[in-house]
This record gives sequence, C-alpha cells and structure tokens, in this order.
Amino acid sequence: MNAVPTLDPASSLAWPLTRLMWIVFALGGAVFVAVATFTAYYAWRYRHRGARGEPPQIFGNAREEVLWMVGAAALLAGLFALAWWTMNRVDPAPPAGRTPDVIVTGHQWYWEAAYPAAGGRGAVRVANEVHIPAGQRLLVELRSADVIHDLWLPRLGRKMDAVPGQSNWLWLEADRPGRYGGTCAEFCGAQHAWMRLDVVADAPEAFGAWLAAQARSAAPPSVAAAQAGAALFAREGCGTCHALRGVGARGGPGPDLTHFASRQIIAGGVLTNTPANLRTWLRAPQAVKPGTRMPTYPLTDADLGHLGAYLGGLK
Amino acid sequence: MSLILPTSPPESGRVARWLASTDHKAIGILYVLTGMVFMLLGGLEALAMRAQLARPNATLITAQTYNEVFTLHGTTMIFFVVMPMLLGFSNYLVPLQIGARDMAFPRLNAFGLWLTVMGGLLLYASVLVGPADAGWFSYAPLSEKPYAMGEGTDFWIAALLFAGFGTTLTAINVIVTAIRYRAPGMGLWQMPMFAWMAFVNAFIITFALPCLSAALLMLEVDRRLGGHFFSHGGSALLWQHYFWLFGHPEVYIMILPAWGIISEVIPVFSRKPIFGYEFVAGSSVAIALLSFAVYAHHMFVVGLGRPVNLAFAASTMLIAIPTGVKVANWVATLWKGSIRFELPMLYALAFIVQFTFGGVTGVSFAVLPIDWQVTDSYYVVAHMHYVLMGGTIFALLSGLHYYFPKVTGRHLTRSLGMWSFWLVTLGFNGVFLVQHALGLMGMPRRVYTYPDLPGWGLLNVLSTLSAGLLGVGMTMILWNILRSLRVGEVAGANPWNAWTLEWWCASPPPPGNFTDLPPIRSRRPLWDLAHPEDTDADRPRRHDQTHGHIRPEEREHHQ
Repeated sequence: MNAVPTLDPASSLAWPLTRLMWIVFALGGAVFVAVATFTAYYAWRYRHRGARGEPPQIFGNAREEVLWMVGAAALLAGLFALAWWTMNRVDPAPPAGRTPDVIVTGHQWYWEAAYPAAGGRGAVRVANEVHIPAGQRLLVELRSADVIHDLWLPRLGRKMDAVPGQSNWLWLEADRPGRYGGTCAEFCGAQHAWMRLDVVADAPEAFGAWLAAQARSAAPPSVAAAQAGAALFAREGCGTCHALRGVGARGGPGPDLTHFASRQIIAGGVLTNTPANLRTWLRAPQAVKPGTRMPTYPLTDADLGHLGAYLGGLK
Repeated sequence: MSLILPTSPPESGRVARWLASTDHKAIGILYVLTGMVFMLLGGLEALAMRAQLARPNATLITAQTYNEVFTLHGTTMIFFVVMPMLLGFSNYLVPLQIGARDMAFPRLNAFGLWLTVMGGLLLYASVLVGPADAGWFSYAPLSEKPYAMGEGTDFWIAALLFAGFGTTLTAINVIVTAIRYRAPGMGLWQMPMFAWMAFVNAFIITFALPCLSAALLMLEVDRRLGGHFFSHGGSALLWQHYFWLFGHPEVYIMILPAWGIISEVIPVFSRKPIFGYEFVAGSSVAIALLSFAVYAHHMFVVGLGRPVNLAFAASTMLIAIPTGVKVANWVATLWKGSIRFELPMLYALAFIVQFTFGGVTGVSFAVLPIDWQVTDSYYVVAHMHYVLMGGTIFALLSGLHYYFPKVTGRHLTRSLGMWSFWLVTLGFNGVFLVQHALGLMGMPRRVYTYPDLPGWGLLNVLSTLSAGLLGVGMTMILWNILRSLRVGEVAGANPWNAWTLEWWCASPPPPGNFTDLPPIRSRRPLWDLAHPEDTDADRPRRHDQTHGHIRPEEREHHQ
C-alpha cells in the first residue's frame, strides 16, 4: 500500500498528471515562499524601533503594478498550456461509436462493474472490484443507479462523476498487475465513507481466464450445508435484490452474487471477504453499515452457517 | 424620516431598544453578535467531526449524525457566521467611513438583519425534526424526495431563503448608502478601502444571492409539488449550474470585505498609505465581474465538454491575477514602513501568509487535470479552510481587535490577546496543513470514518489535537471580549492614530455619528488635518519613479 497514491502513479494515464502536480507544487511553492519571505522580512526590517515621526509616505508605483500583473499572467498562461497538454494525455477523447469495455455503475453504496463483451451486455456483473488486463487501455462507461457518485482511483488517473441520467466516459489502464485502491469521492448519502473499491489489474491471460470464469453460471452447491443455504436464499427472497445467475435470481439494486466468493471485499470495503466477516455482515448488516439497503434478517446461527457455506462456495 | 419616527420609544428597556433599533451601529453589532453565537455552534460541530475522525473506524457518532453535523457546520459557517459578521462590519463601518449619519434605509436595514436571524433560527429548529444531511451544497438528486425524505431539507431551504433575502436587502442598502450618502468632498474613488470593498461586494451579493433563492425555490417545488427540475426526468447537473453560479461569487462575497479590513489595518500599522490604492480598489471590480465567470470550475469532474472545461480553467486563472495584485500591494505597503506589532497587525500578517497559501493551492485547482485528481479530497478541505478561515476569519479577528476600541471605547487586553493569537494561529495551521497531505494520500472529503491506511490515523489525530488548541484560542478571544468590555484600557476617538473618518467621531460614536466633519480633500482626511504642511491632496498625483514624493524629514526617518 502506497502512502501517497496521487504522487505514485501506476498508469500511463496518471503519470503526466503527477508530473504536472510536481511542477505546479514547485512553482506555487516558490510564489508562496517569496510572498511569505517578503512579508516576514519587511515586517522585521521595517519594524518600529522608537523613531518619532512618520516613515516615507509611498503611494504606489504604477510601473511595478503592471510588471507584477504581466509576470503573473505569463506564469498562468504557461500553466494553462501545460494543463491543456496534460488533459489530452491523461483523458484522450474516446473514438466516436466505440463501445465500452466495462460499464461501471455507482450504487448507494457500492460499485458495480459489467463486462458487455462477455456473454452479452450486463451478463458479467461484479461488485466492489473491477478487473482489467494490465497494460491495456479499457474504455469505461460510468453511470449511476441513484445519486451522483464519483469514481476515484488515485494511482490510475483522473476521477470522474457518475451522474444519474447521463453516461460519462473515461479510460482505465494500469501499467503492471496489482490491486489499486479507490473510493467514491462525491458525497452520496449515509454510507459515502464505505463506497470503496479495488481495481485488480491481472496479467492479460489471467484476465481472460477470470472473465471466462465469471461468465459461467454459479455451480450448484454440492455439500449439504450449502444446499440448505441455497434453499434459504430462495425462501428469504434474496433474489429480489441480488442477481445470482444459475438459480434464476435477477434482482437489481443489490450486488450480483454469482461469483461472490471470488471477491476480496464486502459491502464497499467495510469488511474483507472472510467466512467470519460474512457471518457478521449477514447477522446484522445495519450494525456493520448503518443505512445500507441490505435489511437485517432474523437468521439463526444455523441459517448463517448454511448461507455462509453457500455464498462461500460461489467461487 | 427620523424626525417623524423616533428609532425607539424612549420608555422602552435596554433589550427592547436593541431589538427595535434601526441605528446602523446597533444593527452592525447585532449582526456580529449573531455571527458569534452561530460560530460557537459551528465550532462545536467542527469539534464533534474532528473527534469522530481522530481515529480510523471510529464509532463515536453515527454516519447519519456525522452527515447532519457537517451539513449544519458548512451552512452555519457560511450563511450565519461569515456573512453576518462581514455584513455587520459593513453596516457599522460604511456610514462612519463615508461620514454619513446612518444607512440609507434604516428600517430596511433592521428587516434584513432579522430575516437573517430568522433564517438561523429555522436552520436550528430543524434539529427537532432531524436536520438536513445532504451537505451545504445539497446536490440533487441526493437532496430530492426519494433520498432526503425528512423535513430537514425543507427547513434548510427555508432558512437559506430567509437569510438570502435579508442579505440581498442589506446589500442594496449598502450600495445606495455608498452612492448617495458620502460626505461632501468624498468621491467614490476616495472612499476608504473597506467601504470600497463593501460597496463592490454588495453588487456581487445583489446578483448572486437571487440565483440561490431561485434554485432553492425550484428544489422545494420538486420536493413538495412534484416538480421535475433536478430529478424525475430533470437534470441533476442543472442544480449544480444554478448553485455554483451563486456559489462561486459567494466565495468572493466572503472574502472581499475581509480584504477591505486587511487593507485598512496594514497601512495604519505600517504608518503608510496603502500601496497602489487604484490597483487594490480596481482589482476588486475585476474580481466582482470575473466571479460570475468561473463557477463551473466546481464542476470539472461532472463530464462537461472539453471546451467548457478549458474556458472555465482560463477564467479561473485570470481571476488569480487581480487577487495576486492585492497580495503584492499589501506586502509593498509594509516596505519602508514603520511596523507596529499590535494585535490587529499580527492577525493581518498571518492573514497574508495563510491567504497566499490558500491562493496558491487554489491555482493548482485551476490547472485542470490537477483538479481531476484532488477535487473532493481533503486537499480541497484544506485549501478552502486556508482561504475562508486562515483568510476571512483571521481578517475578521484583525478587524475585531482593530475596531473594538471604536465600538466599545475600550481596548482588548493585549497579553490575553497575544496568547489567543498564537493559539489560534498554531491551532489553525495544525488542523489544516496536514489535511493537504491527507488529500494527496487519497482521503475523500465528507466521510464519517476511514479505513486504517498508512499515515491516515496519525495525520488525523494531529489535526484533531490542533482543533482543540484552536478551540481554546477562540474561547480565550471570547473571554477577552467579555472581560475587556468592563476592564479594558480606555481608548480615545483615534487610538491607532488612523486617518479615515470613523476615527474622527468619539468612541463609541454617538447617535447620528458626527456633529461636524473635517475638510475632505483626499483619501486620508485625518492625515491632512495632522500634517497641514504636507497634505495628501498637495502631493503630486504622479509620483517619481522610485519612492514617491517624500518630504526631507521622511528621508531621514529611522525605524
């Protein structure tokens, strides 16, 4: 985990931006140091030391004023040119008519990624993480299911809002395989704090295997506990909100659970995906993440064991 | 008018006289007191947030409560602390500085004040039904019915409508007063710096606040009458366009009078006129005009087109120039002065340094791709507090220490004042300097808690501890005010040996302010009076290339 991700780019879309930040910090720092130094130096150098009478009454100097303004304008014009150049590097316009590789949708409060190329639009849907092949530039269509969200992956480049009723577009690329943390950056309600996600950059062949695995329907449970869990899933109506391909659950608002066990975090990053945490979550989601759309069900310990066995088996 | 309608019935009690007063000084003081009461609330809210954020994964307050608290904090500080305080200074000082007996419309003035107070009361009445929780910016559709079911948002809308109308009326009053009630001999271009900036500011208010009021009404129509402006087929971004068309001018509404205070304090405690009056004053007009042309820089990540983004980046960079002109002129005013380190001056010097820091980080947002990376992170929180608190609040504290003798006839206690100055300055920088780093480390703003990522806990706890220092410092200032009202050193009419008309009348000024006025032939009538052999009016209008027109004894002046 990198301490200062915005200054530690991991994408060809991010490093021009980081370099620009360093340039602006250096120039801005120089301006600040100059002003602070002059202020402190003049205040000290011209401090009152008991002399009587008034100091020279200086009313101004129009020539100096114009020089300051021209100097500032030149500096800013340079920054503007740099900004423009960098924009084209880190956020190139997508070619007209290009279909998205990934559709990322913000929900209160988790991120969903759909891969239209695999098994049809919306067939492969994952939550809380976005897989990409390392070294390839994917086009992301960004949407919102409810309010405005913002996708922020500090090491991978620019952030972009997900606005209801509108599609935004951005490129996503990571130079090397790895996990890159991110979060929602636009305040979106009670659990805005727990709307984190990971971008997982796989080696291209590993990405292909992952996508193929995700495109398959959920395998039917084989052990008894998991079969009981599947029955419970159906009886409690979990499929009203959650999709689970293979058992006919097509619910919309909640995360797709088809390959739930292949993911590392639950519920926008509030918990890591371990059997104990899953149990904690299913027992009292409203205690773990107050305000979450997931209601608290009165589940017995046995129920929790069965559901955990079922969901934990959905690799 | 005052002949027919006495400002208050003579038999009424002290409190009633304050409440019913139409005197601009009473109204100015009431505005500032309103701001102070709400600052106490807004400050406690800030401390509650900092307490919750001291440790990662903390559960001191719930997510819902945290969101309500930060909504209240932002709304309170902007609409019920900074604006009333600045309007209070405008109300108190503009008539005095231009040699007038009162504002142009005294009863309208009182109406404006009480509308603002009413707004504040409405905002806090909402605590009874569950306050708004969509932030001071209340982005649609989060502020719309399906996502904000409670009545808190409706109270919030009503509160801002009341306050907004009151503020607009007061602004119109300031404009008319400055245009119509200047003393004979004082041109608009001769007004003291504060009066000038308050005047320009009033125009920004008059044009910006109606944008907010219109947007608020539309939001309420959506919420209560089933409208479709911002959701249900309407545009979520439309709200942002309206809101920021108000919201960015608002930023300058909150800084222009503060600049005015600084432009009064620095010359007096440097014993020199402001360097480049024409440029400091003129740049305010440039800023007022440009402030309406930069608003979409709050919307660089919503997906506007490339040309729109570039245009707003350019206008934002442009507005940095007149702002930089002001800073350069304040520093140049120090040059070859005779600096007196009195409390108002200390706050003004801290203002220059902190405001410049906030300005520099502000320019980094105008470099558009940087905004794409750091917007909506703690880097913004830090930037915004450096200009609003390190800037405006420090200017208000400078003005408070500067004008306290005028308003009350007594000085604030210096030793206590020094302690609080250093506590407030260290506390403020301690709270917000580290937040720049937190933003760069990826911490988003408006989160009630955060994961235990490397360094986050440490920087956050530093910020929280500093908030405690800041709180102690602010409390000491309050204590200083209460104490000095009774035991402060008695100040005369002109304790700082200043040059503008408010220092001509007694401290505190009597009803009607002036019985007579000195001749006004320049921007510094009291300097002219004290130096009849060398009045400003007699100095050549164009100064020589190096140091201006300087008397022989000034050349030999040793600090």
